[in-house]
Amino acid sequence: MAATTPQNAGLSAVPSYEQEQSQARFDALIEQDSRIEPRDWMPEAYRKTLTRQVSQHAHSEIIGMQPEANWITRAPSLKRKSILMAKVQDEAGHGLYLYSAAETLGTPRDELNDQLMSGRAKYSSIFNYPARSWADMGAIGWLVDGAAIANQVPLCRASYGPYGRAMVRICKEESFHQRQGFEILLALSRGTEAQRKMAQDAINRFYEPSLMMFGPPDEQSPNSAQSMAWKIKRFSNDELRQRFVGMIAEQVKVLGMTLPDPELRFDEETGRWIHKELNWDEFMAVIKGNGPMNSHRLERRREAHREGAWVREAAAAYARKYENSEVA
Amino acid sequence: MSSNTWPLWEVFVRSARGLSHVHAGSLHAPDAEMAVRNARDLYTRRNEGISLWVVRSEDIITSDPDEKDSFFESPQGKDYRHATYYKASEGVKHL
Amino acid sequence: MNHDELDATLDSFGDALASATRVTPGNALRPEDIAVDGVVPDEDLAQYALRLGDDALILAQRLSHWISRAPELEEDVALGNIALDVLGHARSFLTYAGLAWDKTEDDLAYWREEEEFTSLHIVEQPNGDFGVTITRQLIISIYQYLLYSKLAASADPTLAAIAAKAVKEVDYHRDHATQWTRRLGLGTEESAQRMRHALEILWPYVDEMFQDEALHERLGDRAVLPSSLREDWEQQITQVLTDAGLEVPQVGMAMARGRSGEHSEHLGYILAEMQVLARKHPGASW
Repeated sequence: MAATTPQNAGLSAVPSYEQEQSQARFDALIEQDSRIEPRDWMPEAYRKTLTRQVSQHAHSEIIGMQPEANWITRAPSLKRKSILMAKVQDEAGHGLYLYSAAETLGTPRDELNDQLMSGRAKYSSIFNYPARSWADMGAIGWLVDGAAIANQVPLCRASYGPYGRAMVRICKEESFHQRQGFEILLALSRGTEAQRKMAQDAINRFYEPSLMMFGPPDEQSPNSAQSMAWKIKRFSNDELRQRFVGMIAEQVKVLGMTLPDPELRFDEETGRWIHKELNWDEFMAVIKGNGPMNSHRLERRREAHREGAWVREAAAAYARKYENSEVA
Repeated sequence: MSSNTWPLWEVFVRSARGLSHVHAGSLHAPDAEMAVRNARDLYTRRNEGISLWVVRSEDIITSDPDEKDSFFESPQGKDYRHATYYKASEGVKHL
Repeated sequence: MNHDELDATLDSFGDALASATRVTPGNALRPEDIAVDGVVPDEDLAQYALRLGDDALILAQRLSHWISRAPELEEDVALGNIALDVLGHARSFLTYAGLAWDKTEDDLAYWREEEEFTSLHIVEQPNGDFGVTITRQLIISIYQYLLYSKLAASADPTLAAIAAKAVKEVDYHRDHATQWTRRLGLGTEESAQRMRHALEILWPYVDEMFQDEALHERLGDRAVLPSSLREDWEQQITQVLTDAGLEVPQVGMAMARGRSGEHSEHLGYILAEMQVLARKHPGASW
């Protein structure tokens, strides 16, 4: 629901009595592990942080459609084609749920979309890698969606109500996404030599980027602490990465494949997984726009928007002319 | 916002006979007819519903969260409105 | 986090929320059921199912290209639903046809040559702009609605069952195309112009949809005679176009013989894309 901006938010440097009261109420709700709802007073920084996070998440769903949509028309069986189509379509749906949540914070979708198309907004940098082979559909489902789910499940309890509710719906729907990806790889792993090679190659390419989906190491993640204090985030980047790498280290055995990480092992002493040094320089370069597909991904979105302009105009014009027409 | 921006609609889904419509989320649509169709496509892809309502977001009137205390304080503490308040009759059958 | 933990986390939310998001797989006929339950069709019946399956398959292939390219995100989802429905119809019809020749849906989709495909020219027409796609949808969805409505009463129980499921879905596709035709026809001068253009370039392929073959005569009450659909089709589409301020275009009809494997120049590319991966790995399972 459209949110109204509180009149007293962030206008004066010296907090008024009302503002202090509002802040105290907000702090108490967070402390009680309750939820903040759209029309509640909230600190401007909380609103900004959430708007950024939720819209980035929405953009990731929308841009994330592209690498997989790239294979719908070439899927090697009609069953796989149906599954992939349903999955990519779900991603559009998830983008919409998240834009809805972001809009309750006061920024309209048009504006969020402009931020994406102009390159000002960020999205998950993994989608700036190309999906070169059919096995990538498997690796994306298993590793990329797997990492996304590990990130998202705790977000179901995010302190902002509309975000948490959107995440519940998304997590439920995504439980099939990771399984279908794993099963694509499983079929390839039991297939011909060429199929096995295809699967291993996709795992090799997506392993490291998927680990980096959790964000920089905790000591280099300046915004994390505040997000955790606000109970938007519930676990740190490294905690989630640890959990994820532990899971896939086991799952890869079922595939009879390997993870491209000779250093990967569970350290009994510290109770932590040791994995190879991740290439954060490349990660930063991709975020800055220099990945193999950044330019293409954004242009594809702009193109759809541009080509659809006359359709949106026509529908809006029709609505103005026939505002009071009966509902079918 | 330009006049070509489609307005925002709130979507309510009845998931089965006998249940109320429950708020599911929102979406954009140019008009009411398309809104209810978009709601079908977006919010019932997995058999979630048998009936849908869509309402323009701007048409919803909500209580003022700033007046929450005065608005919702009255029923607090009136536990005699609940059956659990009446302990003396516990154990009496069909009561 | 395994699926049980995920479920446990999700279950910790209230009932009100759960009731709004309760999901079920439903219990409709699936392509997989046909392979198990279906009685083997004779040659004529299989050829007929092949035609319906090919129409749906090529249309689905075209429609699926829209996902991630639609004019608005809501429409990505809408077109995705339609493409999925149509692909489902294709799979059912092809699965059924294949039983006659001991072939699977995938054998038929991926391993036939262009001249073995029996689809109509209308379904292979390029997507064009959104107006062209909507016009193609209007033409084909009214046609399929009328066809499946009658086919649901076919003397062949399997075809009747596939059609009974499909007709409800196609009814929605017809509504979707109708709604958009009205908005584009009456929206702006530009949108009306684009719709008139779309009608002109697609209308030549209408004739082919209603051509009877000896096959239809032989099948009798197991099939639907294409020519029997024409009057209702023309009445329905004229009504939609009139309501949208549009007209049936005055254009000639194309010589189109897709049913005998003579296609335009588009199908070759559609198949090249659709079949490339499967054909690179003969005998592989996916």
